[in-house]
Amino acid sequence: MPNVLDIRRRIRSVVNTRQITKAMKMVSAAKLRRSQERALAARPYAQMLTAVLKSLVSRAEIYDPESGEPRHPLLAQRGENNILLIVVTGDKGLAGAFNTNILKAATRFLESKAGKNVEIEAIGRKGRDFLRRRFAVAESRKADSQQPPHIVIVGERIGVLNKVEYAMAAEVGELVIKRYSDGEIDSVYLVYNEFKSVIAQRLVVEQVLPIKQIGTAEVLQAEQLSEKERKQAVKAAESAGVGMRRTDRADSDMESAKFGSATVDYIYEQPPEELFNGLLPKYVDIQVFRALLESVAAEHAARMTAMEAATNNATDMIDSLTLVMNRARQAKITKEIIEIVSGAAAL
Amino acid sequence: MAETFQVEIVTPEKLVVKDSAEEMQIPGKNGYLGILPGHAPLITELAVGEISYRNGGHTQHLAVAWGFAEVLPDRVTILAETAERPDEIDIQRAQQAKQRAEQEFKEGKTETDFTRAESDLQRAETRLEVAGKKSSSPSTAGSGSASPSRAHS
Repeated sequence: MPNVLDIRRRIRSVVNTRQITKAMKMVSAAKLRRSQERALAARPYAQMLTAVLKSLVSRAEIYDPESGEPRHPLLAQRGENNILLIVVTGDKGLAGAFNTNILKAATRFLESKAGKNVEIEAIGRKGRDFLRRRFAVAESRKADSQQPPHIVIVGERIGVLNKVEYAMAAEVGELVIKRYSDGEIDSVYLVYNEFKSVIAQRLVVEQVLPIKQIGTAEVLQAEQLSEKERKQAVKAAESAGVGMRRTDRADSDMESAKFGSATVDYIYEQPPEELFNGLLPKYVDIQVFRALLESVAAEHAARMTAMEAATNNATDMIDSLTLVMNRARQAKITKEIIEIVSGAAAL
Repeated sequence: MAETFQVEIVTPEKLVVKDSAEEMQIPGKNGYLGILPGHAPLITELAVGEISYRNGGHTQHLAVAWGFAEVLPDRVTILAETAERPDEIDIQRAQQAKQRAEQEFKEGKTETDFTRAESDLQRAETRLEVAGKKSSSPSTAGSGSASPSRAHS
């Protein structure tokens, strides 16, 4: 039988842990709220950009009338040999299966593209660490096969997720566009956790380049939350007071979607083709930016849910430890009484 | 009450301005454009420069770097990568950026170096210029100690 003092010490330590996880949950909830707002604030711009691009498509001669080939390099499809994959994870752990799931999806994607050269751009510390460990192996394996499809990490960005700035996303966007236009890479994909609301989350692999259709993301893999995960997330959100509204509310979107596409004859200060070419790169930038914002929101939501679960587990543990402690105390008292009684009987 | 039109300035980070204006100036790629209510529908790319609009005697200034504008008879919507009000501009940083750009301009070797330095310089100068112009009303115009831009609305 463990002694009472030891159990009491353990209970105290679990209580402390519970306090920490509870605090972390509240902090994540606050951060989630903020990142949801930021994602919401980015919507009008993205919507307007999409709307004006769509309307320009019909006016500008985007496609060559003779060959039917798109004129803009970012729209051109070509054989896929060199792929760039942008993996967006979190910088920190303690967020349940958040990082693991993303990396699993990334791994699956890499398997599906086996035989091609893949370059990886890692955003977030967790993803970087994982990929670095892994692709040292991939490179050593390369030596024994003759035509090695190789996977290399070309870039990493760490510590940028604390405060996602558009300038950073634009930097990634520009880099990607440049390498794509130079023909160094043939397609660009993003793996991240899409976040529309606490209950509407998906793990997606999205094609960024070449742009197939403006306004609709080309999703290759998608994975919804399981029913159990969703229930947990809802419970955590409710207890932390985080709203469950979606970040893509219809009313503001409708308003923004009118931008640049009214049914009037616009005067184009520049030829539509030129406008289109100027705007298209921004479309890539904003896609990256949106992915980052949503991923950050999803990370906080995942951490909030994980910490809620941890807090509940700690409570259960305290209850069962208290029970054990009471029993031990009772046993000790009983033992003492027996000793006294038998001592008295011996007299 | 003079005739007005709606003004909206949106950046990827937030909705910067939602206001009404009597007249407006925007830095089109091919030169500044003046806009009054009832302007013909127009779409243009914006260059680095200064947006200013007048509303009830107050003139607001904003610095923009690359943007896109849609003008309709009753509204002007601007998509900009950055749009900063004078009180949001970090003057020291802009000055440093200016110096850096000037330095690069002197030391630059290739064509791209020059163009980059030039656009950096332009951005920094626009920022500084706008920062010097706080929102001004006719009575205090030019005094330099005009009311901050949020005072009136």
